Amino acid sequence: MSAQAQPNSFRTGPDERGHFGQFGGRFVAETLMPNILELEKAYEEAKNDPAFHADMEYFSKHYIGRPSPLYFAERMTDHLGGAKIYFKREELNHTGAHKVNNVLGQILLARRMGKKRIIAETGAGQHGVATATLCARFGLECIVYMGAVDVERQKPNVFRMNMLGAKVVPVQSGTRTLKDAMNEALRDWVTNVADTFYCIGTVAGPHPYPAMVRDFQCVIGEETRKQMMEAEGRLPDSLVACIGGGSNAIGLFHPFLDDKGVEIYGVEAAGHGLDKLHAASLTGGRPGVLHGNRTYLLMDHDGQINDAHSISAGLDYPGIGPEHAWLHEMGRVTYISATDDEALEAFQLCSRLEGILPALEPSHALAKVMELAPQKPKDHLMVVNISGRGDKDLFQIAEHLGNKIA
Amino acid sequence: MALALNGFIPTSSRAKDPPMTKRIEARFEQCRAEGRAALVTYVMAGDPDPETSLEILKSLPKAGADIVEFGLPFTDPMADGPAIQAAGLRALKVGQDTARTLDLVRRFRAEDQGTPVILMGYFNPIFVYGVDRFLADAKEAGVDGLIVVDLPPEEDDELCLPALKAGLAFIRLATPTTDDKRLPAVLANTAGFVYYVSITGITGAATPDFGKVASAVERIKQHTRLPVVVGFGVKSGAHAAAVAEGADGVVVGSALIDALKGTLDDQGRATSRSVEAVTTLVKELSEGVRSVTKRAAA
Repeated sequence: MSAQAQPNSFRTGPDERGHFGQFGGRFVAETLMPNILELEKAYEEAKNDPAFHADMEYFSKHYIGRPSPLYFAERMTDHLGGAKIYFKREELNHTGAHKVNNVLGQILLARRMGKKRIIAETGAGQHGVATATLCARFGLECIVYMGAVDVERQKPNVFRMNMLGAKVVPVQSGTRTLKDAMNEALRDWVTNVADTFYCIGTVAGPHPYPAMVRDFQCVIGEETRKQMMEAEGRLPDSLVACIGGGSNAIGLFHPFLDDKGVEIYGVEAAGHGLDKLHAASLTGGRPGVLHGNRTYLLMDHDGQINDAHSISAGLDYPGIGPEHAWLHEMGRVTYISATDDEALEAFQLCSRLEGILPALEPSHALAKVMELAPQKPKDHLMVVNISGRGDKDLFQIAEHLGNKIA
Repeated sequence: MALALNGFIPTSSRAKDPPMTKRIEARFEQCRAEGRAALVTYVMAGDPDPETSLEILKSLPKAGADIVEFGLPFTDPMADGPAIQAAGLRALKVGQDTARTLDLVRRFRAEDQGTPVILMGYFNPIFVYGVDRFLADAKEAGVDGLIVVDLPPEEDDELCLPALKAGLAFIRLATPTTDDKRLPAVLANTAGFVYYVSITGITGAATPDFGKVASAVERIKQHTRLPVVVGFGVKSGAHAAAVAEGADGVVVGSALIDALKGTLDDQGRATSRSVEAVTTLVKELSEGVRSVTKRAAA
C-alpha cells in the first residue's frame, strides 16, 4: 500500500470518467447511460449556481436543523481515560441521521431536472425515511426498495415511510437485503428512465453518484473543522466513523484528507467475526465490479457476490464506496472493524454515560473509540460521527440483549 | 463526451490482431441468402444443471436456432427480470462458474463447428477470472462473441477493446434511450451484430410495440452495416414473426427459460420433459421467423 505514489492532494478525485485510481467508473446498462450523463451535467450546473447553494443552505438550516452540534462527551472521555472525545451529533438532524444531507441535495437537483418520480434503496431505512420526508415536503412521488429481511428488522422505519406517503416495496430476490434493494431500484430505473430520478443513499453507484453524495455530505466535516477551531483553537487529532457504503464517513473525512496530522479511522462491520459472516469489504474483500462501480467486494472465486452480515442493517452491504477503496490502497485512511457484540457493548456504554442512544451503525465507530481513546494522551482530540439515533434499533437490541440474558 | 472516444482503435491498426471468427458473419449471410431473419436463442449455462444445459444448447440449432447465446450466471443481474435471475441462481446453486461454462462451450463446439456461440452476462465474473485469461480461454473454447450488459462504451478499455484485439466480437446493446447523437459512440467498437433492446426495461418483462421495431432498426442501420437483431419481450412464434418483419434477427431468452422452468421438479431438477419443452418452443419461434420472407440483400 505504501508503495503507491502519494498525490499532492487527496481531495481532487474523481477524474472526468469517475475514477478514484482504479476504482469507481460507470458500469451500467446502456439504457441508463444517457440518464447518468444527464445527471452529471445537471449536477455540474447546479454546483456552479448560487441559487442552488442558497436553497441548500436555507433548507439545511430551517428544515434539517444544521449545523449539528460538536459535543464534548465528557463522561465517555473520563471513563475511557485517554483522548478527549467529541461527538458530531448527526443523529440530531431531522429524520435522525446524516442521510438527509444527501437527500436534500438530490431532491433539489431532481426538482431542477423536472423529475417527478423518485426511487431509492434503503437498508436500515434511514435513507428511505429521509427520501420519503423530502418527497413529502416537495410533493414528489416516492418509491423505496427495501430488502424483505430489512423490512422485518426495521419495522418502525417502514411505518414512518408509509406515514410520509411513500410506497415501500419489499424486495424478495437474492439475499433480500440492501444489495438486492439496489438491484431492484436499478431495474426500476431501467424501466422508467424518462421521468424517474434515482436517489442513491450512499457514496456508491456509477459516477457521478460517489462524488455527488460525498459533496452533499461534506457539510459534516466542514462544520466539524469550524466547530473544533471554536472549541479548542485547533484541528482534531483523529476522526472515527462507521462504514457501510461510507457516506457519513467520507462526509466527515474528506475536508481533513489533506491535513496530514489528522489520523483517520473508518470502521467496517465485522458481524460475527472476520472469519465468519461479516460485512467488512476492505478487510475481507477484493476489487470487483458491482452496482455501477469498481470497488472492494465480498465475493467467491468466481466473482459471485457473497452474503454480507451485520447486526446493523445500514452496514449490511458486501461493497463499499470507491473513494474509500482508493483511500485504503493509498493508506490515507486506516480501515478497521467492529463485531456485532462490540457494537452492542458500545451502544450500552454510550447510552448510560452520555444519555444518547446511538444507532447500531455509529455504535461500531464507538466500539473502536473505546479501543483507540485509552491509547491516546489526554490532549488528543478525537471526533466520532454519531451518524444516526438508535430509536429504530431498540426492538432488535432488546431481542439481542434478552437472548443473552436467557 | 469526447473522452468516450479516447482509445478507440482505428480499424487499420487491428491488422496484426488475430482474425475474428467467421461464424457470425457466415450465419447471417446464410440467413440473408434464405431470405429470412436469424433466430438467436438465449439459455443460462448450468440451468438447471450443467449436463441438461449442454443438452439444451446442442438441441437448439437442430430445432431452428441460428445463433446461440449462453448466459454466464451472476448473483446480481441488475438488468434482468425474474426468469433470468432465477435461472442464474439455479445454476449457481449447482456450482456453475465461468470455467465450467467454458467447458460446456468446448464440448458443444466439438460437435458443432458452424453455430456461433455468444456468451452473455455481467462483467464481475469475467473481471475476477482475469480479462486476458478469459479472452484466451473463451476463444480456445470456441466462443465467437460477448455481450456484457454493464459495460457501456464509456468503459471500452475494460473488455471491449481487449476482446476485439483477441479476435472476439463485442456485441453492443442499443436501446430506445440511445439517441442519434450517442449511437455512433455505441456502435464504434461493436462487431458481429448489434443487439437492439426493444424496450426500456428488464428482460422478460414488457412486450414491445412491434410496430415500432422496424423504424428503430432503420434508425440504427443509418449508422452501421452490421446486422441488427432485436430482443426483449419476444415470447411466441407470432411475436418472432412480427419482429422478423423489420429486423435481421430475433432474440428470445426469458420465454425459453420459462418453458424450461415449467418442467422442473419441486427440487428444481430437470425432468424427462425439460429439453423437449425448450426445443418445442424453439421450433415454434423458428417457424415464426421463417414465415416472413425478405428479399435477399443486394
